[in-house]
Amino acid sequence: MSAVNATPENLNGILSGEDIAPPPPMPTATLPARRVPYFETESGKHLVENTLTLFRNTIPPLLGMLLFVGVRGLISHSIKNIPGPVETWTSAVALFSDPFYDNGPNDQGIGWNILNSLYRVGMGFGAAAAVGIPLGFMVGRFDFLNRMLSPIISILRPVSPLAWLPIGLLVLQKAEPASIWVIFISSIWPMVLNTAAGVQRIPQDYMNVARVLNLSELKVFTRILFPAVLPYVLTGVRLSIGVAWLVIVAAEMLTGGVGIGFWVWDEWNNLNVAHIIIAIFIVGIVGLLLEQGLMLLAKRFSYE
Amino acid sequence: MQSYGQIENAGMVFSTKKGKFTALTDINLNIDEGEFIALIGHSGCGKSTLLNLVAGLLDATEGVLLLANKEIKGPGPERSVVVQNHSLLPWLTTFENVHLAVEKVFGGSESKAQLKARTAAALELVGLTHAATKLPGEISGGMKQRVGIARALAMEPKVLLMDEPFGALDALTRAHLQDELMKIVAATKSTVIMVTHDVDEAVLLSDRIVMMTNGPAATIGEILSVDLPRPRDRLALAHDPHYHALRSQVLEFLYSRQMRPKEAA
Repeated sequence: MSAVNATPENLNGILSGEDIAPPPPMPTATLPARRVPYFETESGKHLVENTLTLFRNTIPPLLGMLLFVGVRGLISHSIKNIPGPVETWTSAVALFSDPFYDNGPNDQGIGWNILNSLYRVGMGFGAAAAVGIPLGFMVGRFDFLNRMLSPIISILRPVSPLAWLPIGLLVLQKAEPASIWVIFISSIWPMVLNTAAGVQRIPQDYMNVARVLNLSELKVFTRILFPAVLPYVLTGVRLSIGVAWLVIVAAEMLTGGVGIGFWVWDEWNNLNVAHIIIAIFIVGIVGLLLEQGLMLLAKRFSYE
Repeated sequence: MQSYGQIENAGMVFSTKKGKFTALTDINLNIDEGEFIALIGHSGCGKSTLLNLVAGLLDATEGVLLLANKEIKGPGPERSVVVQNHSLLPWLTTFENVHLAVEKVFGGSESKAQLKARTAAALELVGLTHAATKLPGEISGGMKQRVGIARALAMEPKVLLMDEPFGALDALTRAHLQDELMKIVAATKSTVIMVTHDVDEAVLLSDRIVMMTNGPAATIGEILSVDLPRPRDRLALAHDPHYHALRSQVLEFLYSRQMRPKEAA
């Protein structure tokens, strides 16, 4: 009998379980003591549970990677200029066994190239944060400034980062500061916009606290604005570092010098395709690490 | 003799996209020092607007509001506010939330140790000494509301303004906090204005109940003096015929005379 057939007459029976057949009587003779199998004990069940969780968490990503390598192998099989996974792996091992050699400006270890790119990103991104975050606070806090700047931001934000390179070269005269300038101008917008949005979305209650207490502008900033907006700022920072790392490869291809972007271009000129594939992986992994690092930072500062 | 607080011909007109909206009109009320006033009315009658006028969070478009012979211009710590959703800063501990207020009001005249002692005393008053290092997210709704009250009281305000302070709490917690509030107000002799929609709460706590007509253009419909002796005990009052008579008067105003907004307006 199921509860679907419940009528007032038999409802009590259903609720009290009276219409459920009684369990068969247990055999009265005592069974000989049986050793409990390991997987039925508490620790055994734990082990099974943990193993299953481990499989659930690792098998799908592993399969994904396998599929990726397989497809890549297939492509390199059918297109003859693209080296296969094994060839790429051996040349990656060779590359990373000596990452910090220095044979003059055009032939340096992969470590130097990565560090140089990171340095440029750090400079451009740092400058963008130093300008963009305070600017975002002001745009969010003062409506006049918001109305004044939003048309300019709307026009400049969608401009492709590399379109700024000629201006940088013209004004700064050198390749190095010009690429830092490109990073700066392309990674500033997410920080300005997110910070401003954060300031505008502060709950009115918090601002009323500030008003009732007559807090000074400084106290309003340190005790209310800054902590309330910090999660938004960190979102902006995360988006910006992503953009900055995307842009550096393209910028370095055009400006030259030591850096992962230029290295890709150099290896293309040498027709060393294995190195190009390695470079793609390096760019991806470094970008992932940058973003994950900032995610950790953001978690540390979220208060909810 | 002039009253401690005076509201004279106050009115509030909001400019909205659809034109002008008159929320309050012709509000006249005198408030005595140490008096507990409850504002009651149907939702949308502008009782919170009136409270915000006294708080200074809104500026009256007509009339004047005076406190101790000074016109109310903008918000200030001498009129501290407790709101329904407590408005604690979630990144500060309960101690820091209260301390922020204490520091602002007394920071100029007292030492750091004195400020800390004041903060601790305010938390003790609401029975939350043990939760001083907790963040608002880590304590219950009733405890948060008590921190809000501690913060408001720690400023030693001339007037304590409360906007449905217990509205979001369950009945048992609410009763407990009402009892605590009565004790605290008896001890501190604070002047209190409280917005509520709970008839029992209004009769239990207040000296006078200000009953508002329905909006728009709401005004004070009737004022009821609650002459029950203090200290009041909710259990004894449950059997007190005078308590029930007062309660009936408020209910009659709310549900018989102000039931249909259009006829009342």
